[in-house]
Order: sequence, then C-alpha cells, then structure tokens
Amino acid sequence: MGRKLLLEKANIPGIRTYDVYRANGGYTALEKAFKMAPADIVEEVKKSGLRGRGGAGFPTGMKWSFLARPEGVPRYLVCNADESEPGTFKDRYLMEFLPHLFVEGLVISSFALGANTTYIYIRGEYAWIVDILETAIAEAKAAGWLGKNILGSGFDCEIYVQRGAGAYICGEETALLESLEGKRGNPRIKPPFPAIKGLWDCPTVVNNVETLAAVVPIIEIGGEEYARIGMGRSTGTKLISACGNINKPGIYEIDMTISVEEFIYSEEFCGGIPNGKRLKACIPGGSSVPILPANLLLTTAKGEKRMMTYESLADGGFATGSMMGSGGFIVLDEDQCVVRHTLTLARFYRHESCGQCSPCREGTGWMEKILNNIEYGKGKMSDIDLLWDIQAKIEGNTICPLGDAAAWPVAAAIRHFRDEFEWHVLNPDEAQKANFGLRHYADPIHVATA
Amino acid sequence: MARYPDGKQKSALIPVLHIAQEENAGWLSAEAMDYVAELLSLKPIEVYEVATFYSMYNLKPVGKYLFEVCQTGPCMLNGSDDIIAYIKEKLNIGVGETTADGLFTLKTVECLGACGYAPMMQLGKFYKEHLTREKVDALIAECRTVAAANN
Repeated sequence: MGRKLLLEKANIPGIRTYDVYRANGGYTALEKAFKMAPADIVEEVKKSGLRGRGGAGFPTGMKWSFLARPEGVPRYLVCNADESEPGTFKDRYLMEFLPHLFVEGLVISSFALGANTTYIYIRGEYAWIVDILETAIAEAKAAGWLGKNILGSGFDCEIYVQRGAGAYICGEETALLESLEGKRGNPRIKPPFPAIKGLWDCPTVVNNVETLAAVVPIIEIGGEEYARIGMGRSTGTKLISACGNINKPGIYEIDMTISVEEFIYSEEFCGGIPNGKRLKACIPGGSSVPILPANLLLTTAKGEKRMMTYESLADGGFATGSMMGSGGFIVLDEDQCVVRHTLTLARFYRHESCGQCSPCREGTGWMEKILNNIEYGKGKMSDIDLLWDIQAKIEGNTICPLGDAAAWPVAAAIRHFRDEFEWHVLNPDEAQKANFGLRHYADPIHVATA
Repeated sequence: MARYPDGKQKSALIPVLHIAQEENAGWLSAEAMDYVAELLSLKPIEVYEVATFYSMYNLKPVGKYLFEVCQTGPCMLNGSDDIIAYIKEKLNIGVGETTADGLFTLKTVECLGACGYAPMMQLGKFYKEHLTREKVDALIAECRTVAAANN
C-alpha cells in the first residue's frame, strides 16, 4: 500500500461537510501556515519538489517565486478547475468529495502569494460541483478560515467560483484568464507571463486543483518529508484517473514508486482488463500524450520496467516514450481500433481549437477528415504520409500548446501503429467489419499479458 | 458583481449568459443576448462573440430535455457509439435534432470529464453515467412522466 496524502480521508462518511472534515484534522495545516511567514510557505513548497498537476509538470514553488509584487497592485490566485483533457477526471473527484481539503489549500496558497481575491475557474459542465464548492466556501468563512483578518493575521481573503461554458482551450492558463475576463478563450502570446501580467493585467498565479490541494499535506508534513515520497524528481503522490478497458476505472492516488504493469494489473489499482482480454495500447497521461503499444508501455526501449513517474513515462522521448501529463490513464484492449480511437481524438481537437492560429485551425480539420476517410474505407496510402506531414506542421507553430496536443496523438498512432493504418487502407471492406487486433505484435501473448 | 473589481463587469458575462439561457427555455435568442449586453453595458457584438465561442450555449431552440452524449475516446472505448445510435433509433431523431413533441434534443459533445464512468451524458445540471440501453429507456420514460405530470 502506497502512502496516501490527498485521498487518505476520502472514505470517511460525511467528509464533504465542514464539521466532519474539521473533526478529522482539517484546517490544522492552515493554522500552522498562518504562523509562518508567507515566504517560508513558498520555500516549503519549493523544497517539496511539487510539480504542477495539470499536465505540464512545472515546479510549483518556482512558479510562485516568479510572481511580481509591485506596490499597490493586487495579485491574484486563479485555480484552474477547467479539467477537460480526455481521460482526466481527478479534479472533479477532489472538488466533489473533498471540497474542504481544496478550500484549505486555496487559503494557504492565497496567503503565501498575498492574493486577497482568488477565483476558481471551473468547467461549466461541472454545474452541481459549483454548489458543493460554494457551500464549502460559506462553511469555511463562517468558521473564520476565510474573509477578513483570518486568524488575526491581518490577511483578508475571498474565494469566488466562476463557471466556464464549454471550451477545452480554457484549460490553457492565458485562455482561462481571457475567459475569466468575459471574453472568448483565445490564448495570449507569452511573454508576458501571467506572473507579471495576468488577470486584468495584474500579477497572477494559475494552478491546477490537485496542485493546490497538495499544498495542505506539504504544510502538514513539511516539504522535505513530502520530497522523500516518490522517485527522483517525481516527488509526493499523484492522482491518476484510470479509464478505458479496465476492471476498476476510477481515481487512484499513487506514490510514484510503482510500475505501469502493477498499476494496470494489481487489484489495488485497475484490476486488469475485463473479460480476459489482452492489453493492446495505453495513453498514460491524458489524450494529448503519445499512445504507447503494450510492449513499450510496460518496458522502456532500454529494457527497464516502466514506472509511473514523470521521468520513466517520458523515457525514450517521443520515439519510444510518452508523458505523465495530467494523469489521465486510458487503456485499450485487443478489440479496440487505434484508427477509430485516434479519429475521436482528432475530432475532439478540431472541435476545441480556438481558431486563432492557422496551423491548428486548418490542420485539426484536415486531420479529422483524412482519419475519417481511412476509418470508413475511403483512405489512400498517401493519406498516412499526409497525416504525418500535417501534424508535423502544426507542432510548435501555434501560440499555445493545443496545437502540439492535437499533433502528438496522431503522430504517435502512426509512429507505433502504421501497420494498422495501412491495413485499413488496403482492406477497406474487412476494416468495416473486423479489427486489426493484436496483429501488430509478433508475439502478442508474450507482449500483452502480464 | 461584487466579486469583480470596479469596471470589470464584463467578467460576469459568461455566468449571466448561463442564467439567460436557463430563463429562455434552454437557448440564447438574439433578444436574450441583446438584453444581456444592455444589462452589462457591453456592445452586442461582445456578447455574440462569446455566446458563439462556448459549446454550452445553444443558439437555436432545444427540447425540454437535452441529451448531451459524450463521444470522445474513453467513452467510445466503452460503447458510446452504440448509445448514440440507440437514442437516435428510440427517439427517431438525428444528432442536433428535436423530437416533434418538443421534449427531447440529442446533442453529441466532447469529453465531459467522466471517463471512468463511461458511457455518459449530461442531462440538465447532472451527469448520467454508466449508460446502457436499459438506462436510456428508463431515462426517457422518466422524462416523459415528469413532463406529463407538469402539463
């Protein structure tokens, strides 16, 4: 059993309410933090090695230390709760079931940053969670953890929940700020970074829900202790949203010391693949990150066991590795079609492109059309190279990373499953009725069974 | 409005459009958007450009019950194609269409963050998860009963 820091109390009945949360040690980290100097809290977070849990994995303490502090200008903390990356549903779990842990993390972080106003930007579809959060905020305020002069510190803080209205792009931090200002979610050109010019041109820190919740255990146990959990630069615990063809889909907190194989097959986590099916492929970090065939998923190209850490998942770069990303772990069994799955992702990115940059606006549409042709028996061999060419021209040529996010799944699918695309083109009729299955592997039983 | 600094009332636009849509039978007419513009002292174009950007705003009338079924990768792996086909057959409408009695509209949407509980749909404020054909039948029946009781 790995160590649990975020979900440790998730199964206590009534933990969603203030009284139960408080009776189980809630808000003691906040009390501790308010006896510290804000700069020392930032130091603790730096020491913890906590990396942004939204997907980019940027060190949180460093991000905080970049925040500009000009006199007389308000600073803002904005929590990115726009969770929209396919395969990712962990922030929803935290907010829905542990709202007070989240609020406690928000108040501590606001104090550390000197932000008197903090906004939670939540995706519009999570409509019922807005009520849960607003109840928790009201309860925390009534108990004196929020509002004016918190614990006699002289520090004031208000937290507001703002709903989005359906736009993946608003998970990109500058698009999120535009949206919070009441505009279309078009990402801004960086620099200037939000730490200098963010919400209403004021210095702003934007952090993911899980990142801010993790501040609570960091203060509780100390940054150094937190950094001792995990491996290498993958410190602490990480929430993984597991889905696709597995026996036990859901949210798991891992301490980043287990292997991918253990995560998929152990009863403690995904519990294996249903109906005795074999593993075909997996997208380990949300739809944007490269898909890996079973052999490269379980073992790196160097022949080492692949671990559930930032470093190990990325081992081999994009040629043979992938990324931790947001922790959206999508498993495909032997009956799944990589072409069809890639088509759904291409359609997603076409739908979600904000339209600001031509390579992304046009390229995502072309990729969807070409994949649609291949999937429905109208593809040509040259289409596969054309797809490759288009994705390569999107990557790195857009204002924000949505272009890369749209390009990578297509690139990785062709890189690792070109034979399946070719089979679709060469056998259009058969591909309508049957699946390519595990023919990709010379020795599928050996490769796909743990 | 107090949650935003002075002069930043434009930030209220997205939340206010949600309310306007709720009050206007689930969609945003030009009149509704113009009213919001006036309310927030914005130019109508500032409202239109936002309303057309975000997928939750419906720019034409929808049925009393809007079935928003997710069709992205993780839901597809768990049979969302079949659920969508079943709803189409059962209600005899295509995607984006409304039943003749004005009760149901079917809309396909992209990832709603319920991948572990797939296939799923949003119905009003809440999610309906682990969908099966039987659950779809029950949902449709329930909607019809509630609608009949309200008439």
